Amino acid sequence: MIWNEKMECMSREEMTKLQSERLVKLVKYVYDNVEFYRNKMDKAGVKPSDIHGIEDITKLPYTTKDDLRDTYPFGLFAAPHSDIVRIHASSGTTGKATVVGYTQNDIDMWSECVARCMSMADVTKDDIIQIAYGYGLFTGGLGAHYGAEKLGAMVVPMSTGNSKKLTTMMVDFGATAIACTPSYLLHLSEVLRDEGLLDKIKLKAAICGAEPWTEKMRNEIETRLNITAHDIYGLSEIMGPGVACDCKCHSGLHICEDYFYPEIIDSKTLEPVADGETGELVFTTLSKEGIPLIRYRTKDLTSIIREKCECGRTSVRITRFKGRSDDMLIIRGVNVFPSQVEAALVNVEEVTPHYMMIVDRENNLDSLEIQVEVDVKYYTDEIKGIEKLTKKIAGVIQSALGISAKIKLMGPNTLKRSEGKAVHVVDNRKLY
Amino acid sequence: MTVNQVSVFIENRQGRLGEVLQILKDNDVNILSISLADTTEYGLLRLIVNKPEHAKEVLLAAGFSSMLTEVLIIKVPHVAGSLQNILSEIAKANVSIEYMYGLSVESTDASIVMKTNELERAQEVLKNIHIDTMTEKEIESL
Repeated sequence: MIWNEKMECMSREEMTKLQSERLVKLVKYVYDNVEFYRNKMDKAGVKPSDIHGIEDITKLPYTTKDDLRDTYPFGLFAAPHSDIVRIHASSGTTGKATVVGYTQNDIDMWSECVARCMSMADVTKDDIIQIAYGYGLFTGGLGAHYGAEKLGAMVVPMSTGNSKKLTTMMVDFGATAIACTPSYLLHLSEVLRDEGLLDKIKLKAAICGAEPWTEKMRNEIETRLNITAHDIYGLSEIMGPGVACDCKCHSGLHICEDYFYPEIIDSKTLEPVADGETGELVFTTLSKEGIPLIRYRTKDLTSIIREKCECGRTSVRITRFKGRSDDMLIIRGVNVFPSQVEAALVNVEEVTPHYMMIVDRENNLDSLEIQVEVDVKYYTDEIKGIEKLTKKIAGVIQSALGISAKIKLMGPNTLKRSEGKAVHVVDNRKLY
Repeated sequence: MTVNQVSVFIENRQGRLGEVLQILKDNDVNILSISLADTTEYGLLRLIVNKPEHAKEVLLAAGFSSMLTEVLIIKVPHVAGSLQNILSEIAKANVSIEYMYGLSVESTDASIVMKTNELERAQEVLKNIHIDTMTEKEIESL
C-alpha cells in the first residue's frame, strides 16, 4: 500500500522542482535564524541568494555531530523555544547528548513519514501494532507511536523490557504488527517458541530498525514468525525512524526525499561519489523547522539507487548499510561511542586509561563487556572489595552510555597496547 | 604476631596461575600454603611463602598485581572443638573474619591462616585464650 502516492510516486522533474523550492527557502530560513549557519556560510562565502536550486546544494558546508555537541543544547535550533513542542536526544561522542527539537509541524511531518513506512509493510488502520521501542528521549518509541496513530492503527505502547508481557498481549490482543529492533524480534520469536505460542499469534508484519541487520536476519525473522519484516531507518538528528524504509520488494530503502535530500560522499575527500558507489550518507532536512540541518553527515555507509522501484514508488533508495565511517556502535538500539567509555573511565581513579569493549550477541540480544585494567595500588585481596569496584564501574558506565555493561577487571598490562591508533572495540556480531 | 601474605589478582585465563608459580620457582620462593578464591571472572591467589617481600616484588616486576596483606597464622591444638572455641571467642569480640584457609606443617598443631577486619583485637583475644600465632621468623625457617 502506498500512503502518499503524490509524494512517493512523483516524477523526477516534479521532485527536483519541489526539492529546489524547499532548499532555497530552507537556506534563507537557517541563515536568518541560526547564528551557527550564518557564520559558517559567511566563512564559506555563500549567501542564501547563491542558492537557486537543489543543484546548488554542493556550495553549502557540511554539518557534523560535533557541531551539535559544540552548540549544545539548543544552539542549532532555528525556531523559538515557544514553538518547540518536543525534545529528543541521542548519544553524543563524549559526555554530552545530542539534542534535537521539534515544532508541531515537525511532529506532523515525522508522523507522515512513519505512516508512509508502515504502509510499505501493509500496516493499515485495521491493524493492531505493538510498539516495542523505548519511549522517552530515544526517538524510536514516540516516533513509531505517532506514525502508527496517524495511520489510524490500534497502538499498543509496550516500550521495552518485559518480553513475557509483550508476548502474552501479542496473543491476547491478536496483534498483527510490531515495531522493534530486529535483534529483539528474534529474541521474541524464541520466547514465543519456548512458551508454545508460535501458532497462537496473528502477527503479519514487523517494522524493524534502530540498528543494522543483515538479509540473513531478515530471512530468519520472516521464517520463524511467518511474517514480512521491513527495515526502517532514521536518526534523531534528521528526525528519527521514518527517514527511509524498504517496501515489499526489499530492494533498498525508499527515502522520504520530499523532506530529506540525500547525497553520498567520499568520507575522506568529501566529494560526491557516483550513483551505485558506496560512500557516506548525507542528509539535508528540506522542511524541518525546529532544528533544520544542512548536509548533515550521518557516517552511515551506503549507496544510492535511482531507478523506479517495482512497487511503483519513484523515490530514491539506499541499499542496506555497509558500515560506519566512524567508530560508533549500535548496541541494543542505542548509539555508543568508545569515546564515551573513555570519558567515563577517566572519572574512576581506580582504573587505568586502558580498556577494551567486547560486543557480542547472545540469544539474539546484544551484550557489551568492558575490560578495564585496575591500577595496581587499588587492588584488594578481598572478593567483596573487587565486587564493590566492579559495581562502581558498572554504575558509571550505565549512566554514561544508557545501557548496562558487564565489567571485567583485568590485571595490570594485560590489555593489548597498540602502536598508533588504539583499538578499543572487538565486535563479534556480523552486522554488515 | 601477624604475618605477610602475598595476594595476587589473576584474571581467568589459561596458564595464568602456572605463570605465577613459575616466577616463584625461578626466584627460589617456597610456598607454605596456598588458597585460590575463584569467581567466574577472576581468581584471588593467596600465598604464605618463606620470602613474602621478595615474592611480591618479583611478581610485580613480572606484571602481576601482587600485594602484601597482614594475616594471622593461628596454631590450633589438635583437639576436637579447638577451632570452634577460637572462632566463638573471636566472634564475641565482634571481630569479623574475612577469609581463612589451612596451613599444614609437620608439628603437633594444625594451623590456619586467617584475615580479620581488626587484627589487633583478634590478637588480644587469642592471647587471652592462650592460643599462639606464628611469627615471620618461624615462617622463614619452615
